[in-house]
Amino acid sequence: MAKNKDILLDPLSDNNPITIQILGICSALAVTVKMETSAVMCIALTVVLVLSNVAISLIRNITPGRIRMIVEMAVVATLVIVTDQFLRAYMFDVSRQLSVFVGLIITNCIVMGRMEAFGMQNPPGLAFLDGLGNGLGYSAVLLTVASLREVLGSGTWFGYHVMPSGYQPNGLALLAPGAFIIIGLLIWAQRTIIKKFEAE
Amino acid sequence: MRKDDIRVITFAAIVCVICSLLLSVTAQSLKDKQDEQVELDRKMNVLKAFGVSLVDESGARISKETVERYFTDHISEIFIAKETGDVVENPDPVVLKKEAKARTHEGRSLLPLYVWKDDGVATKYAFPTSGMGLWSIVHGYLALDRDLATVIGVTFYKHGETPGLGGEVSTEWFQNQFADKKIYENGSLIRLEVVKGGAPEGSNHQVDGISGATMTGNGLNTFINRDISYYNKYFSRIRGT
Repeated sequence: MAKNKDILLDPLSDNNPITIQILGICSALAVTVKMETSAVMCIALTVVLVLSNVAISLIRNITPGRIRMIVEMAVVATLVIVTDQFLRAYMFDVSRQLSVFVGLIITNCIVMGRMEAFGMQNPPGLAFLDGLGNGLGYSAVLLTVASLREVLGSGTWFGYHVMPSGYQPNGLALLAPGAFIIIGLLIWAQRTIIKKFEAE
Repeated sequence: MRKDDIRVITFAAIVCVICSLLLSVTAQSLKDKQDEQVELDRKMNVLKAFGVSLVDESGARISKETVERYFTDHISEIFIAKETGDVVENPDPVVLKKEAKARTHEGRSLLPLYVWKDDGVATKYAFPTSGMGLWSIVHGYLALDRDLATVIGVTFYKHGETPGLGGEVSTEWFQNQFADKKIYENGSLIRLEVVKGGAPEGSNHQVDGISGATMTGNGLNTFINRDISYYNKYFSRIRGT
């Protein structure tokens, strides 16, 4: 079952949706100011990704090729709204902080990309693993960025003080440019480690 | 028509039906829970306008029970007739229900007012204020001290303004500026104002505007002062002027 393991683990590093494929950057920048919002966003995206990948995989043999992308859109949009409704009912505050970004999962290239590239061609079991792997790959990066931003920018982690009391928070980490810099450094670091370089 | 067109249309229709079923079932079954959250949030905003801290000593958010306790112990809701400024005893529930849907006081004849009492004596007043910002209706509360001239606090809790620009109205720094400002001085109302480019030093009724959100600020100026003038019919009686 080496193949299954690859499907699950590949997106965590060698084929990470954010640091290697550079997808989903918008939300990675926007919701990573705090761990709490990032964690909820990661869970929401992973749930949507897994469910939509499996759903598309289940109907892949009966979906007419001509309208497959519209069908994918409809499935993702439905799942995203359902997720958003749950957040509003049970995590009101976080849901408001995430504001439009839960809704924007619909346009997250990771989701569409996985369905087109994987769900459409593979059985549901593998689609589940692929969705989960990519969700975790996305989460790994988001949580790393959020950890750095919250610790450097606010001196806290999940709202708990972690820096010594004299620490002067670095406001840059909380702003969009700080997120760009951190993600850029992560992409550089990871590509150096796994020795992946763009062709000249 | 191509040969498989019927099949394509049928398939699309089935997908649509399944998706919409899923959506309506979810929305319906979660509605009560969501409404409860919205109501709790509304009450917390009334408390916040009154200057009650929404976090306890350990820094955690106060519980639903604590919120309810503040309401039963201290806060009573009364209704003021917009035309006359009279307190309306036993307001007509049908009218209230209808007017609860109105988004601003322009569509109401009865105006809700929250009175904070300590040992039976009214010490603070808060009322909802809402109106057009740039893109959306901004909803908030304004609380006044017992003199009905000094602002205790303001909250803006629901809006659809641009995040980072007009959306900043819901941030602490913006709202905190309103504390201790005056709406009434030397026997007449003065305009509470958000000023583009910054309030003059030491002004007792103006606050700094938000960069890039002049239109939202203008909206705020219009509806806050409109609502103050509505309520002032009642307030002027309490002040005894």
